[in-house]
Amino acid sequence: MTETTARAPRRVSFSLLERGDPADATGYRAHLERVGFFTDTSVCIGCKACEVACKEWNGVPDDGFRLTGMSFDNTGGLSGNTWRHVAFVETHAPAADAGDGELRWLMASDVCKHCTHAACLDVCPTGALIRTEFGTVVVQDDVCNGCGYCVPACPFGVIGRREHDGRAFKCTLCYDRLRAGMLPACAQTCPTDSIQFGPLDDLRMRAERRLRELQDAGVSSARLYGEDPEDGIGGAGAFFLLLDEPEVYGLPPDPVVTTRDLPCLWAHAAVAAAGLVATALTCFFGRRR
Amino acid sequence: MVPEASFTSYYGRPVINAPVWRSPEVPGYLFLGGLAGTSSLLAAGAALTGRPGLRRGAALGAASAIGLSGVALVADLGRPERFANMLRVFKVTSPMSVGSWLLTAYGPAAGLAALADVAGILPRTRRAATLTAGALGPAIATYTAVLLADTAVPAWHEGHRELPFVFAGSAATAGAGLGLLVAARPENAPARRLALAGTICELVAANVMVHRLGLLAAPYRNGRAGRLMRQGEAFTLVGLAGSLLAGRSRTLGVLAGAALLGASACTRFGIFEAGMASARDPRDTVVPQRERLERRGLGDRAVASGTGAPGSDGAR
Ligand code: SF4
Ligand code: SF4
Repeated sequence: MTETTARAPRRVSFSLLERGDPADATGYRAHLERVGFFTDTSVCIGCKACEVACKEWNGVPDDGFRLTGMSFDNTGGLSGNTWRHVAFVETHAPAADAGDGELRWLMASDVCKHCTHAACLDVCPTGALIRTEFGTVVVQDDVCNGCGYCVPACPFGVIGRREHDGRAFKCTLCYDRLRAGMLPACAQTCPTDSIQFGPLDDLRMRAERRLRELQDAGVSSARLYGEDPEDGIGGAGAFFLLLDEPEVYGLPPDPVVTTRDLPCLWAHAAVAAAGLVATALTCFFGRRR
Repeated sequence: MVPEASFTSYYGRPVINAPVWRSPEVPGYLFLGGLAGTSSLLAAGAALTGRPGLRRGAALGAASAIGLSGVALVADLGRPERFANMLRVFKVTSPMSVGSWLLTAYGPAAGLAALADVAGILPRTRRAATLTAGALGPAIATYTAVLLADTAVPAWHEGHRELPFVFAGSAATAGAGLGLLVAARPENAPARRLALAGTICELVAANVMVHRLGLLAAPYRNGRAGRLMRQGEAFTLVGLAGSLLAGRSRTLGVLAGAALLGASACTRFGIFEAGMASARDPRDTVVPQRERLERRGLGDRAVASGTGAPGSDGAR
């Protein structure tokens, strides 16, 4: 199991307030370069080696042995028991692309985005979810009390509460392996380099290059997803090159960290509470009948 | 059934993970927290204006409601034995953390106020506890709206401006209902007036919210949630009418009180179920986000952030 407590920051992290490097904002005085994943789905062959490697290394329990009828995907989606999920989409290629309307398969290995503004981390009431010195987001399993708040807070449906265990789990970006100077298990095993690991800045440059390459080759449907630091989550630590719109792969087209609106939420609640006090006290005036 | 707005999803699977919170624990807590909060407010008002019957009944109701909800909240944790971890940190970004600290301050005050009142001891402590609970009560009654809205659940998050007012109205309705149950004329006059204010606020705020939600109104109108919301409205109207006549007869007062409590409970359970339904429906997540992107205008940026529609980036 991952040992997640040893280097936990002393300050609680509020990703909402973070600008620039999230590990800086968390209060690490000296930390490592922010790392992440670039998942280039255009070269994914759907072998699911990443799913298997993740399960093996992290000791993640099975998620049931069902046939879903969803192409070759019998995993379904990310959860407390699935930290890498390979999606299989059978679709007709857009006429503009080389395929000219014929059936094609899209495959994509999904994972926790390790958001710059991470909703799961913001809403966690126990401080179990932390920002690591690598800029990633990790649950400390000895702290989590299974309140379940992180589960609906994540705009990507990544984190889940494990039944019978009661605690929340998700991808740790192989925190233990990173600290030992190793690659994350999924990136290590991926035979096509669809999953690339490295410093985020390098990955972004690599992704731009790959995008241009594909577009020059006439694949006009290629686009990056989650790499933009100006998006609703401040940019993902794990971003993607997709060949269709995000929702085709089960990804939200415009994810926003829910805590972005929190000042507005608290302000409205304060006005409502004040209104309740004023109304109730007013009811005590007037005739005593 | 399927509206015109076309959208794509991955085999119809939800985009976000639905809350793992159980019913009746969590919606029950939403209701009981509102009931307790407003009851403490009534008890404080009664203490300040010399209405001992209303004070005692409301304080006792508040303490029972918050005690019960404390049990429900701990039971809903995946690791109940670790409930104290809630107080490891204080985070304003986590409404659940704020709520835990609020409950830690409010619960003992409400308990002490009721205990001293029923036992007829420690009058000064009782007064202090009653007023403390009264001051914290409104926060207990409304913070839960922030708790729900601070998620990626579309029907909750997109209603974040109105939800606190729905909750405040629903809490006032519940507190007034309890007031009518425990206090007779003339002491129940404040509860009768509060019933009027609470029901109107609840009805108006809920309708404004659902109206403004547009596509996301569907989870509040259909299925189990829709039934609960409609039942809530019916109870509200009955309670409202009953409370207008409650000055005449004790029986009518009790009936109106019960209807008001039912109204508040239905609203809270309805809102909870609406959120669960909208979390499970990929359309509720995808379509509003698509519309947001379109309003912003597609272009290079949209492609860069992974949302470019083929056709808008020169693919034709
Ligand atoms: S993708 Fe979800 S679980 Fe992962 S860091 Fe972002 S909010 Fe948290
Ligand atoms: S379930 Fe665990 S990790 Fe998730 S918010 Fe609650 S305490 Fe934090």
